[in-house]
Amino acid sequence: MSTTIKNTLVALLIYFPMIVIAQQTPAPKQQQPITIAGATAHLGNGKIIENSLVIFENGKITTVADATLTKRPYKGTVIKADGMHLYPGFIAPVTTLGLAEIDAVRATRDFAEISSLKPNVRSIIAYNPESKVVETMRPNGVLLAQITPRGGTISGTSSIVQLDAWNWEDAAVKMDDGIHLNWYNSYKRGRWWEGEKGFKPNKDYDKEIQSLLTYFNQAKAYGKSTPESKSEEFEAMQGLFNGSKRLYVYANGEKEITDAIMQLTKTGVKKIVIVGGYEANKVTSLLKKHNIPVLLRRVLSLPSHQDDDYDLPFRLPKILTDKGVLVGFQTMGGMERMNTRNLPFYAGQAVAYGMSKEEALKCITSNTAKILGINNQYGTIEEGKSATLFLSKGDALDMKGNLPVKAFIDGRDISLETHQTQLWKKFSKKYNIPVNKK
Amino acid sequence: MQKYYLFILVLFFGMVASSQEYFPENSGVKESKSIYTAITNATIYVTPGEIINKGTLLIKDGKVVSVGKNVTLPENSVVIDATGKYIYPSFIESYSNFGIEKPKRESSGRQSPQYDASRSGYYWNDHIMPENKAITSFNYNTKQAEDYRKAGFGVINTHIPDGIARGTGVLVSLIDDDQNNSRILDDASGQFFSFSKSVKSRQMYPTSLMGAMALLRQFFYDAQWYEKGLSKTKDLSIEAYLKNKNKVTFFEAGNKYNNLRADKIGDLFNTDFVLVGGGDEYENIKNIKATNTSYIIPINFPDAYDVTDTFATKHLTIEEMRAWNQAPTNPKVLSENNIPFALTTYMLKSPDKFKAKLLKAIKYGFDKTKALESLTTVPARLLGKSDILGTLEKGKLANFLITSGDIFNKETILFENWVQGERHSFKPMNQKDIRGNYELSFQGKKYNLEISGKPFQPKGKIKKDSIEFPTKFNYKDNWITAIFTNKENNKTYQASGLFSEGDSFSGKMILPTGDETFFTAKRISSFSEKEDKNKKEKTTPEVLPVTYPNIGMGYAQPPEQQTVLFKNATVWTSEDNGILQNTDVLVKNGKIAKIGKNLSAWGALQIDATGKYLTAGIIDEHSHIAAVSINEAGQNSSAEVQISDVLNPEDISIYRSLAGGVTSAQILHGSANPIGGRSAIIKLRWGSDADGLLNKNAKKFIKFALGENVKQSNWGDNATTRFPQTRMGVEQVYVNYFTRAKEYLKKKNSGMPYRYDEEMETLGEILQSKRFISCHSYVQSEINMLMKVADRFGFKVNTFTHILEGYKVADKMKQHGVGASTFSDWWAYKYEVNDAIPYNATILTQMGVTTAINSDDDEMQRRLNQEAAKSIKYGGLTEQQAWKLVTINPAKLLRIDETTGSIKEGKDADLVLWDHNPLSVYAKVEKTMIDGIIYFDIEKDKNLRKAIKRERAKLIKMMLEAKQGGAKTQKPTKKEKKQFTCETVE
Repeated sequence: MSTTIKNTLVALLIYFPMIVIAQQTPAPKQQQPITIAGATAHLGNGKIIENSLVIFENGKITTVADATLTKRPYKGTVIKADGMHLYPGFIAPVTTLGLAEIDAVRATRDFAEISSLKPNVRSIIAYNPESKVVETMRPNGVLLAQITPRGGTISGTSSIVQLDAWNWEDAAVKMDDGIHLNWYNSYKRGRWWEGEKGFKPNKDYDKEIQSLLTYFNQAKAYGKSTPESKSEEFEAMQGLFNGSKRLYVYANGEKEITDAIMQLTKTGVKKIVIVGGYEANKVTSLLKKHNIPVLLRRVLSLPSHQDDDYDLPFRLPKILTDKGVLVGFQTMGGMERMNTRNLPFYAGQAVAYGMSKEEALKCITSNTAKILGINNQYGTIEEGKSATLFLSKGDALDMKGNLPVKAFIDGRDISLETHQTQLWKKFSKKYNIPVNKK
Repeated sequence: MQKYYLFILVLFFGMVASSQEYFPENSGVKESKSIYTAITNATIYVTPGEIINKGTLLIKDGKVVSVGKNVTLPENSVVIDATGKYIYPSFIESYSNFGIEKPKRESSGRQSPQYDASRSGYYWNDHIMPENKAITSFNYNTKQAEDYRKAGFGVINTHIPDGIARGTGVLVSLIDDDQNNSRILDDASGQFFSFSKSVKSRQMYPTSLMGAMALLRQFFYDAQWYEKGLSKTKDLSIEAYLKNKNKVTFFEAGNKYNNLRADKIGDLFNTDFVLVGGGDEYENIKNIKATNTSYIIPINFPDAYDVTDTFATKHLTIEEMRAWNQAPTNPKVLSENNIPFALTTYMLKSPDKFKAKLLKAIKYGFDKTKALESLTTVPARLLGKSDILGTLEKGKLANFLITSGDIFNKETILFENWVQGERHSFKPMNQKDIRGNYELSFQGKKYNLEISGKPFQPKGKIKKDSIEFPTKFNYKDNWITAIFTNKENNKTYQASGLFSEGDSFSGKMILPTGDETFFTAKRISSFSEKEDKNKKEKTTPEVLPVTYPNIGMGYAQPPEQQTVLFKNATVWTSEDNGILQNTDVLVKNGKIAKIGKNLSAWGALQIDATGKYLTAGIIDEHSHIAAVSINEAGQNSSAEVQISDVLNPEDISIYRSLAGGVTSAQILHGSANPIGGRSAIIKLRWGSDADGLLNKNAKKFIKFALGENVKQSNWGDNATTRFPQTRMGVEQVYVNYFTRAKEYLKKKNSGMPYRYDEEMETLGEILQSKRFISCHSYVQSEINMLMKVADRFGFKVNTFTHILEGYKVADKMKQHGVGASTFSDWWAYKYEVNDAIPYNATILTQMGVTTAINSDDDEMQRRLNQEAAKSIKYGGLTEQQAWKLVTINPAKLLRIDETTGSIKEGKDADLVLWDHNPLSVYAKVEKTMIDGIIYFDIEKDKNLRKAIKRERAKLIKMMLEAKQGGAKTQKPTKKEKKQFTCETVE
């Protein structure tokens, strides 16, 4: 450990004695200005300031400057962060965080309502801000998430939350931001109970699409008149046609993505986001033409086809961004809630396969904020934006460097303690092992 | 419209008695017709190799009396002239369920799983039914028999296709007019086995292929013991098996790997099974040859895929497309390797598909003589019936075919199929070839009649000058009918005439007026076939080479060992010396020969590793890749099963994990039961066969499991009948089994006779510390419990795997001396991992417990370096401590640390070259070496990608051409790659 870091730690302890006794309780509003000086600031917009000065007041960033060039004075509490890295809070889109606690226990699962078309079903009211899984996001730098319902064809409506809250109203940073649509597959899994293995062509693919489009057209027509009886489903859909809600379309195949874009743009849906996009690299010009971003499936995943390059999932981010497609990373998949905290390492993996670090960082910060429509407040460290950021001892995209020491949401100094750190400390104490925060 | 000519002529030449000789005859007068039948002037294939031109076949009473060039015909002979015709011994179908309905699964609503057998007096497992007799459920099926005869078959072997031990079969002659009296050639034609459970019983065990294998082994052991008279109780299944023990044993294996699996069981009991294969034997032909047994081979070659829809085509793998291209070579490859085999129609939809497939095999190089052998002499021998079947030598059954020519020619017509002298005629063999150009004249006018097409299905066209009259033409029984219309005046003429001798025919003509007149037709030139079509077919099709393994990412040749010198690397040793800067490592004969500075070696492949990191290969203590089954969930203990039985060297995960720097892994049984199966410790030798994956020096291991999985907490509401359902019960399972194992050993060591029990043998090995436990575990109570059980029985638990609450009992674990293999940061997926923390590995390490990070997952396995790095984040291990979590520590847990797991002179050269600090997310593997052989090379991988692209394009082009050429196609489907975890019940 270098002397600078040691000094910094000393400094931290002096300024923030509460770091050791931090509680999980949501942090109170920012009372006084906070200055972070000397950190390498990764702004999230592709830029980097090696020796930075960042000040925030009342939850808003007021200064972002190069410390070697500026003469602006420090304000309020000062955190000396030489050798450390400052990042905007990472954003986890399309996740079921807080909608289930323990995968195997049915009573805790609240992310998939039955029935196939249910745009009116809202995830936010089931979101548990006190979930033990949610709190484990913060020590890895994941500070914002889009809480998303699953299942059926139209799964429902998502909302975007910050991850340190008393209740779901308190948590919401953008309520009812988008509707989630599982596009049909041209290949269907065989009926395993009939002994059919693998996937077969879906004979009903076109029929399914037609009936879905009818639903969209009816929803749109509904919005053009004063209806005699109210439809919660169609009410929920209106935002798609006036651009206040985004439509998240889950599709991976080249054909599926193409069909989805060609058909849905015709219905008057204003803002479409492709979620998944394993073969998005084959339709980049179409995506660009319609200005459609991609929330790419897990970077750390296996190729879909036996003969695919072993590293294709790792290279997709670079392939897509090089072609000019706006890309964000997400963590959907097996054991996704607990796994969402590994989002930063998806960016790291993309770097190993050709992206620059700052470009990869965008895929979990500013790009995602743009895709979700919260970029006016979140996703970058810029003056005027929310002070949702964290300070890490090392490179936060790398497992061995991802060591947040301070994190702020809207300027609130949040706890990095969890159920897990408590158990760690409890048993370390039992064994007389020093809790080494190196 | 010409209806296909079809009539069945069944004539009796006195050779088949219509009832048995000692039966009273009440419907007439009892007499014996002692008449000979002679078929003369034919080309006779007495055997596949012995051919007589212009020979005579003399038969009587369903048997061959004489065959040869100069056969003296007795006076009471009926002579059939077969000039220009060919006679072959008829084919033998050695594997079928002819006349036996395939048992159907009984549908039943939701119910609790069934663990016990439903029968009593028989073997303890419902799927073992050697007492079944096909003869009791056999119903001769006339319609099916006709289908087989038309495909050239005369004798057929059938059985009940259900269960693992299926009982005896029946060998049947395809004689219609008989009440089973002479058609049954053998009412217990061998015993039949397979790996598939009976559909009629819901008894759970075995749920997996390895369980089926273990069950078979135990059954054969039990039979040996029973035979010695040691059983106190009666077992009708074993008795039935023993009664038929010396008969031929057929084993439906079904694919190239199952062939080897069945053979392995056979070898254990000195039994040579006749293996019913899968048609993919060409892919591992060396291993197939080494089984040194005989085969029955299906020829259901896959149809080409319809690749006109590119979106659908992407779902196809090179592996599937290659199968279309390569499978037709299977008979050729088998015969070139001198592997004895019979062909079967078994996997075909119906026997009429057989000829086309066989011709395809011949087109792909299958020798015609071998083809005939595989349908006659070989099956006769496999059935143990060479004395009566397979050739037309004197004394054999008169089972033969009469054809228009070479039987393996597309145009050849099968005229007749004689079975034990019963004559079945499909086409009249004396029907004349009337093709040619004729002058048709009636009422003083001359027309031109052109007869072309196939000899037995000719087409006719009538012209006058250059005007063509639409003609309906038919030729049957030497009768010709032609109806033609003059379009100009729309007048229709109807001619019918009989072709008798010479070059002309005549008959009556019904004129448009309704009046009748005579016509004559005289052949003015004979028919000549257009030749261009034939030429095309003669070119041998292109067959793409088989790779190792035979999938897209396979290598053209298995990679070879070489002397390699890594120059100037940053060496992470995983030993006490930690990191060596600017160091050379010499690899020779598969071992790390030397570590030092400025090394040189003559003839070595020199790799400049400047700026790069050289480490020991990653070792995964807990993996489920490279196996076709993982869990035997049918019982609460399955110590008798072994993963080494079901390894799959073609799993693409092997290659992908090599690309992630993994060189060794323990392939564990799943966690469906407290006592799981024996594990396989492998090295990821991509391109080797299944046995080649095994680390032969490794000690023996077994999987145990605790908690929610073994008490079936998450298996649904019906899974409440198997003991144990609580953690309390889990302890009792162990105590009970170990107590029994102790008693078993005592009896065994006392010299008293004992029933060999694979399960008890395995548990006995644990008690004697000859086999080591890796136990799936989560919460502290159960971890503590198993250590106490082990203490009580005097052994040590080797490893707790997963062990997510290990940190809570780390002191006790240290005291017991058990190691830990854990996840880096998994939790919250079930209730028992609620207190799982990512600091677990750190605390355990700090407490001095040998700790590893494992994957249990195909995807995570290929980035275990990153998982290890998380212990730096969570709890602050040093880089060297973290790196040991995936190298030397798992090597210690697997007891292979003497040979691998670190960079030390003398150890196996299991090495990985990285471009960055291997614990960094930015690190990429450049080379992965096992035993000095480079199995993954990032540069070589680039070539593989190109090769895949090229081969794909080529196969697609070939399939498009096949489709254009009229080949049948199938829609592309997408195979689903199974990814096993502990939870997979299979």
